[in-house]
Amino acid sequence: MKAFAALVDRLSTTPGREAKLILIGAYLDRAPDPDRGWGLAVLAGDLDIPRLKAAAAKALILDRVDRELFALSHAYVGDLAETVALLWPKPPVLPKPPTLSDVVEAARLLPREELMDRLTGWLDGLDATGRWALLKLLTGGIRVGASARLARAAFARWAALEGAAVEAVWFSRKPPYPALFTWASGGEAPDVENQIALRPFMLASPLEDLERARLDLAEYAVDWTGDGIRAQLVSSGGDTRIFSREGEDITRGFPDLVAALDFEGTLDGDLRLLTPEGTPAPFAALEKRLTRETVSKAMLATLPAHARLHDVLFDGGEDLRPLPFRVRRARLEAWHGASPRPHLDLSPLVGVADWETLDRLRAEGGTDGLRLKRWESPYVGGPTGDWILAKRPPLSINCLLMYAQRPARGGARPPTEVTVGVWKGADLVPLGKTIPDLTEDEGKRLTQWILDHGRERFGPVRAVDPELVMEITFESVQASPRHRAGLSLRLPRIRQIHWDMPAKNADRLETLIGLM
Amino acid sequence: MRADPEHWLRVTPRGLYCPVGDFYVDPTRAVDRAVITHGHADHARRGHGAVLATRETLAIMDARLGSVQGAQPLDPGETVSLGGVTVSLHPAGHVLGSAQARLEYRGARVVVSGDFKRRTDPTCAPFEVVPCDVFVTEATFALPVFRHPDPATEMAKVLDSLALFPGRTLLLGAYSLGKAQRLIALARAAGYDAPIYVHGAVAKICALYERHGVALGDLHPVPEGNNRLAGSLVVHPPGTLGEDGPHRFADPLVAMASGWLRVRGQGWGRRADVELPLIISDHADWDELVATLADVGAPRIWITHGREDALVRQATLMGLEAKALSLIGRDEGKEDAP
Repeated sequence: MKAFAALVDRLSTTPGREAKLILIGAYLDRAPDPDRGWGLAVLAGDLDIPRLKAAAAKALILDRVDRELFALSHAYVGDLAETVALLWPKPPVLPKPPTLSDVVEAARLLPREELMDRLTGWLDGLDATGRWALLKLLTGGIRVGASARLARAAFARWAALEGAAVEAVWFSRKPPYPALFTWASGGEAPDVENQIALRPFMLASPLEDLERARLDLAEYAVDWTGDGIRAQLVSSGGDTRIFSREGEDITRGFPDLVAALDFEGTLDGDLRLLTPEGTPAPFAALEKRLTRETVSKAMLATLPAHARLHDVLFDGGEDLRPLPFRVRRARLEAWHGASPRPHLDLSPLVGVADWETLDRLRAEGGTDGLRLKRWESPYVGGPTGDWILAKRPPLSINCLLMYAQRPARGGARPPTEVTVGVWKGADLVPLGKTIPDLTEDEGKRLTQWILDHGRERFGPVRAVDPELVMEITFESVQASPRHRAGLSLRLPRIRQIHWDMPAKNADRLETLIGLM
Repeated sequence: MRADPEHWLRVTPRGLYCPVGDFYVDPTRAVDRAVITHGHADHARRGHGAVLATRETLAIMDARLGSVQGAQPLDPGETVSLGGVTVSLHPAGHVLGSAQARLEYRGARVVVSGDFKRRTDPTCAPFEVVPCDVFVTEATFALPVFRHPDPATEMAKVLDSLALFPGRTLLLGAYSLGKAQRLIALARAAGYDAPIYVHGAVAKICALYERHGVALGDLHPVPEGNNRLAGSLVVHPPGTLGEDGPHRFADPLVAMASGWLRVRGQGWGRRADVELPLIISDHADWDELVATLADVGAPRIWITHGREDALVRQATLMGLEAKALSLIGRDEGKEDAP
């Protein structure tokens, strides 16, 4: 458990992909079997264990620490599991710390009461980082700082195996993956029990990176990109999986879609939830499907999942990827047929004769933008230039600067993050944070302005007089009950600072509501 | 009759003042006579008329602030009388030369801890428990979530990283007085005997430590200009490399040592630009603070800078009388060194 906790702790502060691969490799080198298999399963998002409530950990700590000291600590730390991990008193006798296998096996097999009994002994045996990882693992809040795909890539690198070969067999194996480790140590490659495999997604290049004059629109099929997320739907031998663009297995969140998919093979599409009116639901609702352990009947009934399909990679065992899109689209249409299907449809093609039409459509359209696919192109992983994304131009709004976070190393340098807000009646309501990307001069001017207009400080964050107008661009606005404004901006960025604009000219919340 | 320290020791805008002896302890502005506990910038300021401190602290002040006028060195345990108040200095274990100030007047004993820690530190004398009636304590990490791990296991992370990433320069940010020398000593104790590259401000204090008998091994100045130093350890005060500084090195791996890094979440927690956080501090953690309250046996606890509410609560649970002094001029948000 200690090695695993140290790895997760370290990954959480390590930004570089290469460094993460090395750290995971070092863990696989050092940790014994089957611990390392379980550790890999956590990283790859393949571990399925029932969860304890964080409140259970709170009850344990209140038996051991003064209530007032707990309250002061919790207020400072914020996170309950972390507070308990840090506060846990050192026992008079240190028991042997648990292994990750101990923890995973107990969590899978034992009834909750017995698991709680074990938990106390485990917390006694571990250090603060180990207790933190343990509580996060058991309460389902562990963030590993590595995507599932990166974890698989790290395994492949460590085992000196082809990444694609690992991806092809991974999803038919179960943790702690004994067959994969046998393979890694020079043994036989595991049998593939079915055709479940994640294939590399074909990606679109931004239109802005390309020269329009060199493109002939007549060579492209055009459709709308979805409001939801890109997904790969794979079905083989009675097993169905849904993978996100990031390579995560997100099947669990979409039982309705899985039940509706009557296709053997691999499809590419945009995943979203539909309201009773048949329009796409806000992204926040989709996020719930992605993060909840179980999807309630109510969620399934009120906002059903829907996949808008736009490509096909495999038809049964037949690899269609080398064929031109023209042929793949025809195969997709032939399978789907004319009659509507629940939870699925085909992305309709949009007639676009010239660039003026394209620019008008993408500015008016409700979704992210338009996707252009060259009719003659095969399906190839990654960006090839054969698919093009014509994004909707960003929206913009005038906000007021509310808070600025100063850089960690102090000194007169621009803030690392700012919080902006808009008027709601006579009050300001924060919209969200953005990282300022300013010229050196603007940065200096902003730094000085914050010094001159600073109010109270909260650690590194300083509240400022609500007087500076910043023009913020963003891609879309969505309802979000978690935010005080009741909505959130997607990809907010500072376009310009309006040094002389009066504060009262900043926009009002109603303007944003109108843009939803 | 004992003179209640409330009557001969008080908080003023310039810091803790003893009107009977007419001196300040660690004043925040220039005063006529100051007792200085240690050499960090927010305790040792320039311009005092006379300064009473340990020999090491005076040497540090000389090196950092220029020649100290009216310097009066005091050996550990040696006493001096200032207007009837008996003053002595006792090791605090914080940095080289750091001391607690013991003040005695008409039978009442006050110990001002300054900054202190209880952990073993080969670069300075260990904290001495000095029994007293009033213990004036720091409270930088006075919240029970702050319990520093064993510094040796933290330093092992540095050596492990150097081995795992031979192509990267490990930039270890640490305050130039105290923390930097302690980290170098910890690396040496862990068996790291390669040259360590030190920034100018660090080098100056390292030389001073070595003159006082603290061995730090093979130290080199950081070369000017673009140098890669792949696989090497560089110790520098945070912020001194400048905006482009890190780019001078080979794929730099930024490490930082601070007690604040214990908490990942809010405020002064984990920093986005630190890849390898090390929880190493020269301040007492919660367990050390609580143990010290018990050890010194003072029925009254005065709390200077830090978060006093939790420590007041803890002292009350221990049957002690505690209050916060609200000294100004100590920036608790600042890195825990000064």
